[in-house]
Amino acid sequence: MSAADNSQSQDAPPTFEAAYEIPDIEHPLREAARMFARNKAAVGGLILLVGILILTLLVPFFYTVDPFDLVWAPLSPPGTENALFGTDYLGRDILAGIVHGGSATLAVGASAALLAVVIGLSVGSLAGYYGGWVDEILMRITEFFQVLPTLLFAMVIVALFKPSVATVAFAIGVVSWTAVARLARSEFLRIRSLDYIKAARSISSSNRRIIWFVILPNAMPPLVVQATLAVGGAILFEAGLSFLGLADPNVMSWGFMIGSSRDYLMDAWWTVTIPGIFIFLTVLAVSLIGDGLNDATNPKLRER
Amino acid sequence: MANFSIIVAKRIFNAAALILAVVILNFLLIHIAPGDIVDTIAGEMGGISQDLITEIRADYGLDKPLYEQLALYVSKILQGDLGHSFFYDVPVVDLIWDALPQTLLLVITALTLALVIGTVFGVIAARRPNGAFSHFITVLALIGFSAPVFWTGIMFLIAFASFIPLFPPAGMADPGLEPGSLDYYLDVLHHMVLPVVTLALIYLAFYSRLSRASMLDVLGSDYVRTARAKGLSDRVVIYKHALRNALIPIVTIAGLQFAQILSGAVLVEAVFTWPGLGTLALEAILRRDGPTILGILFFSAVVVVIFNLLTDLTYNLIDPRIRLGGRE
Repeated sequence: MSAADNSQSQDAPPTFEAAYEIPDIEHPLREAARMFARNKAAVGGLILLVGILILTLLVPFFYTVDPFDLVWAPLSPPGTENALFGTDYLGRDILAGIVHGGSATLAVGASAALLAVVIGLSVGSLAGYYGGWVDEILMRITEFFQVLPTLLFAMVIVALFKPSVATVAFAIGVVSWTAVARLARSEFLRIRSLDYIKAARSISSSNRRIIWFVILPNAMPPLVVQATLAVGGAILFEAGLSFLGLADPNVMSWGFMIGSSRDYLMDAWWTVTIPGIFIFLTVLAVSLIGDGLNDATNPKLRER
Repeated sequence: MANFSIIVAKRIFNAAALILAVVILNFLLIHIAPGDIVDTIAGEMGGISQDLITEIRADYGLDKPLYEQLALYVSKILQGDLGHSFFYDVPVVDLIWDALPQTLLLVITALTLALVIGTVFGVIAARRPNGAFSHFITVLALIGFSAPVFWTGIMFLIAFASFIPLFPPAGMADPGLEPGSLDYYLDVLHHMVLPVVTLALIYLAFYSRLSRASMLDVLGSDYVRTARAKGLSDRVVIYKHALRNALIPIVTIAGLQFAQILSGAVLVEAVFTWPGLGTLALEAILRRDGPTILGILFFSAVVVVIFNLLTDLTYNLIDPRIRLGGRE
């Protein structure tokens, strides 16, 4: 148990080192990573996500068919030459659309989630930390955004400001931040009353320091989980908006593929089924990872 | 009891303030949006002179200062006037009123189905927390969340309206049928199956998982342990004691989810060309029909606020801990 014991004999008085021995505690990050690795579903999700990232970020350099190019006869089923996944109603290569369109979908999903987390974290942390009237006002604002129907409001924003990748990401972020805010607020409220905060204050740490360097790192685990799930939600949201026709028409994305082929789905199922499968797989991967992170950081709350 | 009345009053006041905020937001959006009634009229006339523009603006009160216009807008809303559709040339409230029942039909049916089946699933799963059914629920929830709702709808459409033509692919009813006849209602039912199943699937995944978690939570609590110690059979314990308390969070969340439910309905209506509020909203946005879009936005927000208020009050009523004087 004790490390190298320098004392000459058993009868010698205990040394300082032996008495104040610091046991080997596993770093919480390491513990979380280990629990995550044991979760087969989570690891599966991670592998799936890596696969999709490779597909959408690396493969485009190898499979250079332009997704907007007309490569073959329109509405050719999968397996025809030149078009492994078939073509859509204009004759565009579906595989090219999948390979090149993925990055747009992922980019919008990630940036929208980032925006939602930034806004939500700011609002929630301030509300939870300061309490009082700051809390009241911020909570009223949060409630206000919660009441607006998300899809409709996002549609209105996109329609107002000309559909583009940026406006779509912005719109999704603006309607999705309330969940993050609520979580951040409850976490900050909980941590705020713990002892080490009192300790920090007693050495006159400024509020800003306390928020940034003490509370925030401890509030991270559920927030990270929430952020991961937010990415999945944002991807679904982008797909929905694109499906309804409110996406950047110059940018190929998976949702756009489904939306543009909507009138032909009865005759050409592959034009909508295949992009949908990829959206599904991506969101599934992200959700599995998020669930895995949740289980890894909160073993006591595991539902199993 | 005085405590309770205060809570109620506060909540109602809150709800009213929220609605007012939405009205103001609406008003601002109308004015940010490029193009207004003048442009539409000018477009129809094929050309317009500056004098006419000024006259029309005066007619519609568009030349008054912003706060006066806001006051005018608020008073109109209070009278139930949500504006006039640019495209359809009818009052917005009429459009909403015509489309609402169809959407409600879909949503309420799907929601009821999902809540009932979901609760049952959750109870079954909770009895054996590590069993096969429990895992099935978790997987179902995962798939339900990850699959885009419109894609699931399209899959159903392709499977059951194209490959195996069991159900009609679009619309609400055969136009040849007499509305109000039995044939008509049966036809509507026939058209309803696929969209309702699509919507319900999404909710079902969520509610079964929620129900299972809630049930597990309740089953681990003290009073259940006491009931079991008293020798009550499992069935009595679950159905008489646990279920009632497990339902509380389910009902609460069901009420608060209404905004999301509406979003799902928009997408499903688009897929199945169901003539409801969602289709109306989409058309309005694509045609840049400002008043209609904002009218629908406002209407949905109001519904959500009222729904939240009702759920809140109901929750306070069901849970006697709150009603009988617990502090907030």
